[in-house]
Formats: sequence, structure tokens, C-alpha cells
Amino acid sequence: MGKMSRLGNALYEGDVSINFVGRRLLWYSISAVIVLIAIGGLSFKGLNMGIEFEGGVEYRVAMPAGQADQDAVEEIREAVADTGLEAASAPIVNTSGTDTIRIQTEPLDNDEATEVSQTIREAAGVQDGDISQSAIGPTWGEQVADRALIGLAVFTVLVILFIWAYFREWKMSVGAIVALIHDVVITIGVYALSGFEVTPATVTGVLTILGFSLYDTVVVFDKVRENTHNLARTRQTYAQAANLAVNQTLVRSINTSIVALLPVGALLYAGVVTLGSGALKDLALALFVGMAAGAYSSIFIATPLLVQLKELEPSVRQGDARAKARARHHTDRFADVPVYTENMVVGDEPEEAAVPVARDPEPVGSRTGSGPRFTGQRPASKQVTRSASAKRAQPSRKPRSQRGKR
Amino acid sequence: MARNTSRPGRTLIAFGLLIAALYGGVALSGDWTPKLGLDLQGGTRITLEASTETGDEVTDEKLQEAAAIIESRVNGSGVTEAEVTTQGDRNIIVEIPGENRKELVDTVKQTAQLRFRLVAATAPGSAQAQPSAAATPTPSGNASPSGNASPDASPAADPAVEPSSASRNRALSGGLVAADETAPSDRPSKKKSATPSPAASESPSVLPEPPVASEGAPVDQPLQWMRNPGNPWIQAFNNYTCPPPGEAGLVKDIANKPIITCDEAGTTKYLLSAAMIQGTQLDDASAGIPQSQVNWVVNLSFDSTARQTFAEVTRQLAGTGEQFAIVLDGTVISAPTVISPIAGGNAQITGDFDQEEALSLANSLKYGALPLTFTAPVVTEEGPSLAADQLSAGIWAGAFGMALVLVYCMFYYRGLGTVVVASLGVAAAITYAVVLAMSQSIGFTLTLPGIAGLIVAVGITADSFIVYFERIRDEMRDGKSMRVAVETGWVQARRTCLAADAVSLLAAVVLYIFAIGVVKGFAFALGISTIIDVVVFFLFTKPMVSWLAKFPFFNTGHKLSGLDAENLGVDYLPGQPRTAPAGGNA
Repeated sequence: MGKMSRLGNALYEGDVSINFVGRRLLWYSISAVIVLIAIGGLSFKGLNMGIEFEGGVEYRVAMPAGQADQDAVEEIREAVADTGLEAASAPIVNTSGTDTIRIQTEPLDNDEATEVSQTIREAAGVQDGDISQSAIGPTWGEQVADRALIGLAVFTVLVILFIWAYFREWKMSVGAIVALIHDVVITIGVYALSGFEVTPATVTGVLTILGFSLYDTVVVFDKVRENTHNLARTRQTYAQAANLAVNQTLVRSINTSIVALLPVGALLYAGVVTLGSGALKDLALALFVGMAAGAYSSIFIATPLLVQLKELEPSVRQGDARAKARARHHTDRFADVPVYTENMVVGDEPEEAAVPVARDPEPVGSRTGSGPRFTGQRPASKQVTRSASAKRAQPSRKPRSQRGKR
Repeated sequence: MARNTSRPGRTLIAFGLLIAALYGGVALSGDWTPKLGLDLQGGTRITLEASTETGDEVTDEKLQEAAAIIESRVNGSGVTEAEVTTQGDRNIIVEIPGENRKELVDTVKQTAQLRFRLVAATAPGSAQAQPSAAATPTPSGNASPSGNASPDASPAADPAVEPSSASRNRALSGGLVAADETAPSDRPSKKKSATPSPAASESPSVLPEPPVASEGAPVDQPLQWMRNPGNPWIQAFNNYTCPPPGEAGLVKDIANKPIITCDEAGTTKYLLSAAMIQGTQLDDASAGIPQSQVNWVVNLSFDSTARQTFAEVTRQLAGTGEQFAIVLDGTVISAPTVISPIAGGNAQITGDFDQEEALSLANSLKYGALPLTFTAPVVTEEGPSLAADQLSAGIWAGAFGMALVLVYCMFYYRGLGTVVVASLGVAAAITYAVVLAMSQSIGFTLTLPGIAGLIVAVGITADSFIVYFERIRDEMRDGKSMRVAVETGWVQARRTCLAADAVSLLAAVVLYIFAIGVVKGFAFALGISTIIDVVVFFLFTKPMVSWLAKFPFFNTGHKLSGLDAENLGVDYLPGQPRTAPAGGNA
């Protein structure tokens, strides 16, 4: 507790700093590996589509406590297969949760479905009210998928517009959207690799992740914007300010992620252990994976990417160069004074001076190589910003003749 | 904000009153449990997907009309609480709570059939219809169901069998006139004079003329058949009794066979010829009041294929007082007489309609004009015991998830954790009231995904408090005192929270619009919880923190307040006397 708070303060003050922005190649490559695995899983293993997408009939039987065992499963499987219906000849029967048995068949028509339902009821020895049934036609999944895709597209466009309008910065939109795609791909990959069933509830879960992932990203970006707002007055580069923002919001990000994950975890537990299958599990699982990925991506992907994009801007690069120079000047103000050596030309021959950089006509912004060279002089001209005295009436010195005589 | 600063108590009291008012409103209806969805109480849900035979687009209007017709069909089969709603651009959801009613699938997905038939005979639908007939001023002494249809009755002379002697729910009968201004010769003038036509109560019903032979005319010649249905049909007609309204009474409506059926109220039975014109041949139907008239009429226009037939039929029927019937799904929705022959294909049904009747008739006609074909891609049936399991699992998950969040916040934020507890409690109370209010007003049903949405929203709601608290702590680390930090932190946290909640809400709205199936409930729950989060955050959490900031327990950094030096990780609290030794305790 105390340590966590200490860490919180240290992170806030910048005493302890995890270099999220600087080590971006590391984070990018970790994400790239995960995403590649996800895509690989998706293309080689494929998604296990639920009957809502494939079409079919699913029965769920509430067994008396303790009777949802393998024997009952076998019994029901045989009974269903013996109905002689072709579509029900190879039913998938398994236990689900503590006392539910789930049976899936190929699409049946209404009468056949009733017949199978009857058979199951007899085989399992339960009442009519203990069986739930859903019959789904083969075309239904298409409609669900179509709508989900439209929803995804509309949402993405709206979010890009929203973030652009809120932050006035399309680069933030790009960062947020890349993080979003990252989360969704990872979630889908988890589904592909684990073989969990994909149902319309899963699709909803994935669409909801979009919101959550952005929630995190917005919180982090808000702090980034705040920290970089007055960059010219500090000795920080854009990257440093952004990194500080991530560090400062780290405790908050961890807390919000934990708090968001706790109820979803409870939901997942109820869905998997108590009910075994169904909308609850599908939703909670997608949310759980997506939220975890969302917390990661807003810190490790969105912000470094934003910094990278921002560093392409000439003004930011100039600002960064200034900040570095100022920082260096702050640490050692005589760093640029040349050390006297033998045969050093001392005198008023400027072109042979040992500090040629001082007169380097090249603009600072375009410098390349291993960082800006430090000159002991202010690079370029200082950006004019609003200062605290901007609105105050400034003292003026009038000519003597105009000053009032006392 | 300034007001909040100075008077947090006032805001809190006002907010308390708001909640009290909300609960007062809910208490008025006296219903303290929300409407549960089928997955929580058991029942049958049939999802229908509409398509048109012609490949035309399924318009919203048509879908609504179809839903209304399906609803009356379902309710007609004895189901009381069925709900029929439209979803997306082509789905109709039929929800039947309670026991297994899967056999309804065929009933609801049947295509609506609108047909124009000729009326061979009418009679009161059942013996029970007699008392109401006696109550009307029309003489009805000799109205015996068997006698009316007997061949020896003289046409147009027996007033006892008027369809209007029934209750107000009678089939909308009336006169039919041409509405085509370009109709030949004297029609315009004639129409004008004829339009304040004999209203339903004045139009006598038509009885068949004495049959030439007991066999009757062939059924594929409706005009002849109408006047001479033959004994077997008359016998069947005489023996037929209308089922009481609301009972299963769907008549098999086969286009090329005569049928015996009733009007919607079941008070009049009709012997009808084979179909003359199909609903698909109807171009358009609308209700309106013609210029210089006062009564509502229904305008019809037939397409070119039906124009000829209709002209012929109306020419034959005009002036005779004989009726033809408009039959939707085997039920007579209107049986007008023909006042004048109509050649142009545009007709007007007049009568003493009120606006509602006229609109409903026009809608039925329009729906019949473009019959939608339905498939039932999803039929689910929830067993009540599994549904009960789902409900308890949902409630358990909600309680457990909320408890976890509270424990975590109390542990991490100590004294400030009470704010989280109180705020979440208030948010839960408001959410419950809103769910109750909405299930009463707009028929919101709480489904399992809905409960999931509410649970997930606990996280979102707690998130905004965390954002705020972390802000306060950050401000204090910057060297502000607690009371200042509460206000300056608020300004920052407010903005962040609004932006984040806006994204959340956006996601919920997009989901709600584009998701189909039960998951809509999830999006809806998520959306309202997000809005409630903002309300609670602004009107409760902030004033409460401002109010708590007045207590020394919080503003001097008590060890359990969550805002003490150790908790913030600083050496001493800003604005407080330094208790730490001069060397610091780092």
C-alpha cells in the first residue's frame, strides 16, 4: 500500500520513470508478435462459429443437481441419434456449467425440433420447463454479421471524428484507432486460438471493447495534451512530456483497469461456472480479453505512436531541440566553452574558431545525426508564447520631455 | 462550479429530492419489479425476417403494419401477453412469455393475403349477436340466421340482416364510388351526388337470388356463383357459427375457392365467392377527406391488370345493393356496396368511418398490396427453470462484481472509498428506478445481456471516481491543500470524464442501432448507465467530496482518509504543519 503510493508519487514527480515512449521498438515488437500469432491463429485455425452463425438447433437441459454427468450425456446422445432424423444423426452433446447439458444438431424444421425435444426430455428424465431450445436458420448469421460490420465502420468513423474534434489533433485519432485495431485483432486471435465459440454476444462484446479501449486512450491522451500544452516553457521534449504523462496516469490506468475488470470477472465466473454457456459467458469473455488488451495498448501502443507522429512535425522537432539545449544548459552552463588545448587558435579569427557550430547557419530543425549539437547559444529564436504577464500593462519608458514634471 | 464550492450541501439536498421524486413517480404505479425478458422468465421468442416476393425494399411502414397484423393474429390465437416489435430494417420479434407456444411459428410467419371477393350472403355470425341487433333502432324481428340465407328470401327487402346491426367493431362497410376524375360521361356529377352515400347502417345486405339448380353456378365464375352459390354452400353457410372474438378462427383462405368467414368482431358471417382481385393488384390505398366533404373515405387504386376486372364487377354490382368483400387473412375487413360502375381503377370506399377506422382500413389494404413473406430464422424457447438459473446467476454476478469493486476502492482509497460506496449506491438506486420507470413507460424489458450491461457499467462508473480521486491526489502532490485540490482537480477530471463517457455513450448508441437480437438490451443498459454515471458524478460525487473536504478528518489528512501524506507518497501534506522530522523520512 505504502509502497504503491510511494511509487505513485515517484511516478508523478518523474523520479521513477518507465520509459514507455523511448522503448517503443520493444513494445511494438511485443505487440507485433502477439498480433502475428493472433492473425496466424485466425488464418490457420479459424474461428469456431456458434450455431447462430452456422444455423442449427441448440437445446439446453437443466438437469437435477449432480446429474449432469458423462453418463447422461452419452444417454442423450444416443437417444437423439436414434430419432432417425438425418440432421440430428450426429448431435454434439456436452455438459455446460454445473448442471446443464447442451445438445446441438443441424437445422431442423419445427416438427422435427419438437420431436427431438421430446426425445431429450424422455432420455434426461426432466420436465418440459427444464428444456430451452433455440432454432436458428442458416441465413441469420449473415444478417448479424452484416449489421456488426456496418456498426463497426460507423463507430470507427464517428470515433475518429470525435477524437479529432476533442483533441484537435488527427494524430491522436490515428494513435487511438491503431490501438483499437490492435485490441480487436488480439481479442479475435484469442478466440481463434482458444476455440471459444463465436456468437452474436461475442460480436457485441468485441464492439463494446471499442468503447473501452478508447476510454483508456482518451484518459491517457488527455494527460498528454495537458503536459505538452506548455512545452515551450519547460526543459522537456515532446517525448519526455508524453512519457511523463503516461507515467503519471499509470497508477490511474492500473486502477481503472482493475476496477473495470473486477465486475467483468464476476460476470465471466457466473457465465462459465454457473451457466456454462450462453450470452453471459460470450460477452464477458470478449470484454475481459479486450479490456486487458485495451489497457495495454493505450499505454504501450497509442502514446508511443502519437509521439512518433508528432516528432515528424517541424515545430515539435525544433521545440525538442530547444528543450534539449535548454536542459543541457541547465545542467552545465559552461559545457560549450572550449577546453584550452595546445596550438589552439585564440584570437579574433572567427572562421577558425573552435566553436564553428555556434555560427552554423543551418536551421536547428533540420539537423540530423546523433541529436542536436550543443552550442551554448539558443538554437533558433525562442518561440513567443503567452506568459503570465501577457495581459498586464507593461511599464514603458517615455522620453524625458514627455514625462510629467514633478 | 463556484456554487458547488460554496454550497455542496444544497446540491446534495436537491439531488436527494430528485431521487425521491423519481421513486415517488415509480411508486405511483406501484410496480416494484422490472419487466423481465424471456431469457429470465421463460417463454418463446420467434424472430421473423421479412422479404418481399417482388424483391422490393421492405419499408418501415410496411414492417410496422405487418407487425400490427401479426400481433392481432397472435392475440387472436388466445395468447394474452404476446409482444410484437420490429427490429432493424426487416425483423419482427414475437415474444410470448410463459409456456411453450412453438406451434405459433406457422401462424405468425404466414403471408398476409388480401383478396377481393363477392358476397353471396351475409348473416349475423352467431346467436349471441341477436341481442345487440335488437338494441338498434333497425327492425330486426325476423332475423334468424338460417332464414336469411335461405333461397326464398327476397333480395334487398329484408332489413334484418344488415351488417351494421352488430356492434361498433363491425366490418367497415360502406358505399363504393369512383374516384377517378377522368371517368367517362356523367360520372363526376353522379359521384358527387352519390358520395354522401348510404352509410353502412343504411346499406342493405344482399341475399342470393333463388338458385336455378341446387348445384349452383361454377365457382370459377364468381359473378354467376354469387347469385347462385348452390345448396351445398348455403347449407355449410347456414351451419357456420362465427367464433367469439379473440379465439382462434383463422379461415383457410384459398384464392380460387369460395369461403365462409366472418368480420373482425365475429358478428357477421359472409359467404364469399372465389377471389376476383388479389391484394397484389392494388397499387395504393390511402385514407382522407375529399374536398368539400366531411366524411373520411378510403381511396383505392388498382393496377392495370385489375382495372378491367374491377370495372366489370362494379358494372354488375352497381345499384343492386350487392356487396363485395375485402378479405385480409380470411377475415372480412370491409364489405362495401357499389354505387356506380368504376372504370378508371380508382375507387373510394365511403361510409361513416371515423379517422381511425379509415386509416386502419387503408393500412390493411396497403399491407395487403405488398405482402411480405416471412421466414423464422430464430426460434428460441426458454425453459422456466433455466431462465430462473440465468436470473439468479445474473443477480449474483452483479452483487459480487459490485462488492469486489467496493472492497478494492475501500482498500485503496480508504476514507474516499466511502464516496465510491455512496456514489455507486446512489447510481444503483437511480438505475433501478429508471429501469422500473422505463419498463412501465416504454416497455423496456430486462434481459440477461441487459443485466450484463448494468454490471459492466459498474466498472465505468467507478472509473470516473478513480479519475477524479487520482486528480485530487496529483493536485495535492503539486502542493495544493486538500480543499483547493478538490476544486482544481475537479476542473480537470470533469473534462476527462465527459470525453471518456461520451466515447462510451457513442459506443452504446452505435451498438444499439446496429446490433440485432437480444444483445440490444446490453447496449441499452450500457447507454443509460453511462448517462446515470455522468449525472451521479456531477450532482452527487463532486458535491459530496466538496462537503467532505470541510471535515478535518479529510482536510488535515487523517491516516484513514486516503489523503494522508503516506497515502499520497509525499513527506508532508501541503498546507499542514510539518510533523515529520526535519530530515524527512524518505
